[in-house]
Amino acid sequence: MPYLLVSPYLVHFFLFIAFPVVFSIVLTFHKWNIISPMEFVGVKNYVRLFNDKIFFKSMINTLIFLAIHIPLQIIVALFLAEVLNQKLKFQGFFRAAFFLPVIVSGVVVTILWQQMFGFDTGLLNRMLVTIGLGKVGWLTDPDVAMTSIAVMATWKNVGLYIVLFLVGLQTVPTHYYEAADLEGASRMQKFFKITLPMINPTIFMVVILSTIGGFSLFIEPYIMTGGGPLNSTISAVLYIYKQGFFYYHMGYAATLGLFFALIIFTVVILQKKFVETNN
Amino acid sequence: MKSVKKILFYLLLTIGAIAFIYPFYWMITASLAPESEISNLTLFPSSISLNSYKQMVEKIPIGRSLINSIFVASSVTFGVLIIGSMVGYALSRLDFKGRDTIFYIIIFTMTLPFQITLIPQYIIMVKFGWIDTYYSLIVPYLSNALAIIMFRQYFKTISQSLIDAARLDGCGELQIIFRILWPNSIPAIVTIGIITFMASWNEVLWPLIVIRDESLMTMPQLVTLFAVGGRAESQLGVVLSSAVMLALPIILAYLFFQKYFIQSMASTGIKE
Repeated sequence: MPYLLVSPYLVHFFLFIAFPVVFSIVLTFHKWNIISPMEFVGVKNYVRLFNDKIFFKSMINTLIFLAIHIPLQIIVALFLAEVLNQKLKFQGFFRAAFFLPVIVSGVVVTILWQQMFGFDTGLLNRMLVTIGLGKVGWLTDPDVAMTSIAVMATWKNVGLYIVLFLVGLQTVPTHYYEAADLEGASRMQKFFKITLPMINPTIFMVVILSTIGGFSLFIEPYIMTGGGPLNSTISAVLYIYKQGFFYYHMGYAATLGLFFALIIFTVVILQKKFVETNN
Repeated sequence: MKSVKKILFYLLLTIGAIAFIYPFYWMITASLAPESEISNLTLFPSSISLNSYKQMVEKIPIGRSLINSIFVASSVTFGVLIIGSMVGYALSRLDFKGRDTIFYIIIFTMTLPFQITLIPQYIIMVKFGWIDTYYSLIVPYLSNALAIIMFRQYFKTISQSLIDAARLDGCGELQIIFRILWPNSIPAIVTIGIITFMASWNEVLWPLIVIRDESLMTMPQLVTLFAVGGRAESQLGVVLSSAVMLALPIILAYLFFQKYFIQSMASTGIKE
């Protein structure tokens, strides 16, 4: 009977996870467009990958995204969570407002921000012009476009992290703060000496989830920029998508997928190590 | 001093709340405004017109995609709840050979990046002849590692005597799961249900890959292709009206069940 109960999972696992993982490794040694027969090409896909400027570009883009997205997200979420953690009226309303973009489809958020980032009529440039500054090519300037996407992603996700930080903040025993008050600690001191160390696990979780999110970025560049300008917003998944479903290079797309998966693993493990050695 | 600080906090929070709500408000008013006024960012359009919606409905099968989305997300959620509770029960309450192995496999699959399985899963869909069918949208999502783990955790908190009593009464394992454990696991079912439904509802990469037939498209996919394709003829109001249609069902549900949404989504983050 137990085996009967777990059998749906096992069938699903072998069909949609175990077999695909093995098959993707097989695919990396082949050239295949699904229609004609598979052709064995040895390590050609790997050689190509190491000489592929767009692959490296997508890596750099992801790193730029993470370098902006992770700190920004932690700072904004922590700040708003700190403010919300006071005894205030309408606390539930504010929390619900910040959470709104989390539940709405990324497609909607992207369409909205595409308009706000608009060069001539977008809200952001209008505000810049109003206060006497020049317009920014939020999505048209290759040096800025990825930053714009990182800011948008922060807006979309930060509500979730505010809630997680609030949970974290509430686990800090109040007598820690009372003791600090007795010794005359300032607000800043209390934050850096008590709050921050106590919510370290939450921060770590935000870093891991954001990293995975950065490597999964797809719909935002797909809708807003198509990966441009000059490939400055091409993301890991968008590049796999293009190779696989635009050019039908199944072998090469699988090679990209394998490498990105390995990179995600490595980055997450390194982050884990970093946290463990620092504690 | 204290009250000055409080006012400052409220000011900060209000600015923050406006930054999070205003874009949605603008989207709705812009979709209702005459096309000539959309680029003006007015808070209140001079007249309200459903013109954008009329044009959008003529161009894309939005109603059909809504039904598709509801059907797909409900089927996936139903499957995940059934399979998740069966496996979760076996892992938490039954003793059998290989149980720990299966548990570790599940944990492992939770950490497996989807980038590695994307291409082979597509090829499986092609070989099964599932491209442009509901199967491709539903079957690959029917079992979910996180749901199994959450059911396993929750079932562990339910008293064993309840299960023993049911067994004495002659209940089979399936009856125990669905007649005894389910009524006692409402919070877990709500949480897993919301997470699964939302994830399925918002999924867009996979539909873009396996569905080309417009009548089978889910809402996010249809709206995405409408926004990037040329069919909206660069009429912003028409694109925005489709985005409103996509956002509205979830926002309405959120207004009523806000607490459950926040709790559920937050618990996915706490899983690590």
